[in-house]
Amino acid sequence: MKIHNTTGGRIFDAANYVFLSLIGIITLLPFIYVIAGSFANEAEITRRAFFVWPEQFTLGSYEYIFSTPAFTRALVTTILVTAVGTLVQLAFTVTMAYPLAKKTLRGRQVILSLVVFAMVFSGGMIPTFLLVKDLGLLNSYWALILPAAINPFSLIIIKNFFQELPQELEESAKMDGATEIGILWRILLPLSKPVLATFALFYAVGIWNDFMSPLLYLSDNSKWTLQMYLRQVTASSDLLGTGNVDPNYIPPEQGIKFAVIVVATLPILIFYPFLQKHFAKGMLIGSVKG
Amino acid sequence: MSQLTDALASNIGHGQGPGTDAGKSSKPRKPPKVPRGKFSVHFAHYKWLYLLLAPGVVYFAVFRYAPMYGVSIAFKDYVPFLGVNGSPWVGTQHFQDFFSNPDFPRLLGNTLILAFLNLGIAFPLTIVLALLLNEVRLSILKRTVQTLVYIPHFLSWTIVASLSFLLFALDFGPLFLFLNNVMGTDIDFLSDPNWFRPLIVLQEIWKNTGWGTIIFLAALATVDQDQYEAAIIDGAGRFRRVWHITLPGIRSTIIVMLILAIGQMLNTGFEQIYLMTNALNRSVADVFDTYVYFVGITQGAYSYSTAVGLFKSLVGIVLIFGTNALAKRFNQSGLF
Repeated sequence: MKIHNTTGGRIFDAANYVFLSLIGIITLLPFIYVIAGSFANEAEITRRAFFVWPEQFTLGSYEYIFSTPAFTRALVTTILVTAVGTLVQLAFTVTMAYPLAKKTLRGRQVILSLVVFAMVFSGGMIPTFLLVKDLGLLNSYWALILPAAINPFSLIIIKNFFQELPQELEESAKMDGATEIGILWRILLPLSKPVLATFALFYAVGIWNDFMSPLLYLSDNSKWTLQMYLRQVTASSDLLGTGNVDPNYIPPEQGIKFAVIVVATLPILIFYPFLQKHFAKGMLIGSVKG
Repeated sequence: MSQLTDALASNIGHGQGPGTDAGKSSKPRKPPKVPRGKFSVHFAHYKWLYLLLAPGVVYFAVFRYAPMYGVSIAFKDYVPFLGVNGSPWVGTQHFQDFFSNPDFPRLLGNTLILAFLNLGIAFPLTIVLALLLNEVRLSILKRTVQTLVYIPHFLSWTIVASLSFLLFALDFGPLFLFLNNVMGTDIDFLSDPNWFRPLIVLQEIWKNTGWGTIIFLAALATVDQDQYEAAIIDGAGRFRRVWHITLPGIRSTIIVMLILAIGQMLNTGFEQIYLMTNALNRSVADVFDTYVYFVGITQGAYSYSTAVGLFKSLVGIVLIFGTNALAKRFNQSGLF
């Protein structure tokens, strides 16, 4: 299209560019403040209203949190649960998606309908909680992984992806005597790496960020994940009128809150370039292809 | 995360439903060399596939369908050692209790007010932001702004709440100081019930407005560019082009997203509300989702809270079908 610039158009463009840049910066400001605050000392945090760079650079807050067993335990736990959980959830999803991609499989249609039905209706918080309790999974990390093992949406996208791979690949492998499992493992999975990476990230972010499951299922505070720990550290005790807080807990100094937020955010920010790329793509797959 | 999933899930539903694609069977591929007839023969042929299918089917049976069956305790008096099956039926007792409870109008009000604030403020803002981004011809600026505004979507509500606690912290939080300075007041935003809703909407805007533009930007990219040229020749200015071409061009997307948003109205987001709830703002903060938690999990009224949750899901389903029917009546393509 030809670029046509009236004066009004140019003023609008300029205003729009300035406005959007401001929106971008404002979105980022809370992070910058928190990162700066995590490297500042206590006096500076309480004295200066807002800053993007500490006057006196200190690692004190980080040294403190990494010296407390509660924090390091929560961090290690969360990393392990996220890693194991992502693998388990991806395995469940892929193994179910592959047979469902075979149009000749009997019962496939019934199962697919039931999967879609589960996208619309769910038992809700209490029946799910009671189930997890009856299965003896309370205070087990499996309670953070298994109830969300298959996201129906991810399952259907992966199924559709398998369905569109060329049939010939599988047929030639079958002639060479490969079993279905062999075909999935040696042929389909290597071809699906980008898709699998996308959904691995999807699951990983879900587990890392999950607050509701640990709140519901982990009452033992020595098992808390990072999000639970973060909640305890940042909500000042006088505001906590509700639920799950360790009564022996002493509110920490401000700098520590800043540092814990940074640590909890860091993995998301590190993976953000991948997240943005893959998630945006996933979003569009969902809306365009169906 | 769940919002994203819901939006995506329903977008699948929008096209050819995932459940129907098999029935549609695209182009007839070469005839399957599968033994027809007896199931046992079919099963033997496909035993590896059925083996792979098993864990997923067990998952859905146990973690998705068993809780659906468990919803029956909404009509029972659930006693843990009697289990879901053994507990005695009480009919609609829990629903009657809930509707006659003074908590009910309060919860309904709180939930609806938050829902309408989000629909009325956050939803249009998403469209406006998408339109503004769409007008940017400088692609580096567009990409940079997009990159920045998408970030908060990936952060947990715990982080969003924690950031809010720091920014609005009593006596030293930057926004506490700034806003009180501007207004000449001394308000503790985190505990003042009047500020609970603005805070929730603000969080929602910060976290999800940017990300929400993706769907609209994708729709905007499909608007026929020739129409703009024709409009320019006819002398239409920037705003008239947006009003008469761009907005009508993405109308169906707006309607689909609106139907989805209305269907999700009562889902106020458990984590967000729970994290921002405290002893001082309970009167305005309690919504269905958090009420189910407080009454069910912390007080152990399992049957009653399941009834509350069931009521909420049923209203949600009515809402989504209702808006869909309404959209169709106004001659718009609905969601399904």
